[in-house]
Amino acid sequence: MLDVSGKSALVTGGARGLGAAAAHKLAGAGASVFITDILDEEGRATVAEINEAGGKAAYFHHDVTSQEEWAAAVAACVAEFGSLDVLLNNAGILITSNILETSLEDWRKTMTINVEGVFLGMKTALPELMKSHKLWDGGGSIVNISSVAGIVGAPSLSCYSASKGAVALYTKSVALEAARNGWKVRVNSVHPGIIETKMATDIMDNLEAGGIAANRDEARGLMALGHPIGRLGQPKDVASAVLYLASEASANMTGSQVVVDGGFTAT
Amino acid sequence: MGLLDGKIALVTGAARGLGAEIAKSFIEQGAEVLLTDMMEEEGAATARDLGNKASFLRHDVTSEEDWKAAIAAVKTNFGGLDILVNNAGIAGGGRLEDTTLEEWREITAVNMDGVFLGHKYAAPLMRERAARWEGGASIINLSSVAGLIGMPGAHAYCASKGAVRLLTKSAAMEYARAGENIRVNSIHPAFIDTDMAGQMIQGIHDNGMAANLEDARALLVSMHPIGRLGVPRDIASAATFLASEESSFMTGSEFVVDGGMAAG
Repeated sequence: MLDVSGKSALVTGGARGLGAAAAHKLAGAGASVFITDILDEEGRATVAEINEAGGKAAYFHHDVTSQEEWAAAVAACVAEFGSLDVLLNNAGILITSNILETSLEDWRKTMTINVEGVFLGMKTALPELMKSHKLWDGGGSIVNISSVAGIVGAPSLSCYSASKGAVALYTKSVALEAARNGWKVRVNSVHPGIIETKMATDIMDNLEAGGIAANRDEARGLMALGHPIGRLGQPKDVASAVLYLASEASANMTGSQVVVDGGFTAT
Repeated sequence: MGLLDGKIALVTGAARGLGAEIAKSFIEQGAEVLLTDMMEEEGAATARDLGNKASFLRHDVTSEEDWKAAIAAVKTNFGGLDILVNNAGIAGGGRLEDTTLEEWREITAVNMDGVFLGHKYAAPLMRERAARWEGGASIINLSSVAGLIGMPGAHAYCASKGAVRLLTKSAAMEYARAGENIRVNSIHPAFIDTDMAGQMIQGIHDNGMAANLEDARALLVSMHPIGRLGVPRDIASAATFLASEESSFMTGSEFVVDGGMAAG
């Protein structure tokens, strides 16, 4: 059911964390994975792991805020694997700060990576993704990583929250535009709760440094509190949702928000 | 290796349409399934076609006694319960002021009371085996896009599906906060090419909104930005995903499978 054999997927921010987990999952289900990131060493290591495990992957240095680098990445992916069927806009940053202390620079940095990066990605990749339907009924698939912070408010994460809210509705608008134009490209967003990646452990570090948590276990416990299921998410939880949206199983889904949050936003 | 190897499921309204396709997908992925429905002949035939991992029981989801019997049967036949799909549902409509209280109650009894009773009687049995799976036990409630957006003439259906949407979240929170490891999520299909969509197409024609059935169908399709109706497999895949370990961190979520209908 979750087979993506023969598909080619471009994963931004694929060097580590969610992106790397999604890349592993997609490769394990048969896709060729084109990993892009600005963390070259970690990106190449992730590619090596996938290839050693019998998967197919390649790495490309790519700053998602650069239009030229987007053009180069899409062209290189098609040159490498022959097509582009799945785009995973995963690259993103999180800056913690209250609004009074947030600099315009931090605001712009967040918006540039988290929102402009998604805009440039969809704009650049759509012409290639439109060709995907010749092989797959479900057509091309764009998966944008938003967040629970794109659905509900998040104190001290206002920049991040604004950027992820933008991704949530940008996804729906482009989904409708693609559908109404008959482009045969589906566009959906995934909204993770707090997932135990470096982004989360950085927040744990802050909680410990600020004396809010005495140690790592306490910091993790504090962060798990908002999740009724009683734990933080793992990268594989998000990777599964990404695989579902990349596969033909989701052929009738577009403009949807897949919420993977242990109940965070349900209450 | 299937996504549901070793799991036991109960699917209501499984004689045909979405429910039958969900049961089929579950069995393909390794589960054993008790199919239940009011339509005995069709239900028994569907279960027979699915082979020895399927069985059928007559079951009116509005009856507490029938629910007790269904839960007892799944325990006796298969030894427990890991997945419940509250799929049984009915549609109906017309002008609100012309709708009788009996008609309103008929729809809400099946679509709403049936889901409440399903949770009430299935959860105790599901709890027994929930620790076997990382993702715990899973309840999947069939809501609808009509549980997210309003549709003229579908007041009772919309109200009942909206109720299922929030019953899902409330039950999900109850089980999660109690550490019970039963996940609950809802699926929101748009129009799926089943008998229910056929009735809708007939209704569009009968109400004079289209000159013939072909135009009525085109009108219904045009409500879906993706340019087609859904097929039962679209929903069966979603249910299978939510039943599996792949969705271990999902609870209280709305899985919208609607070709973009509710996105705009």
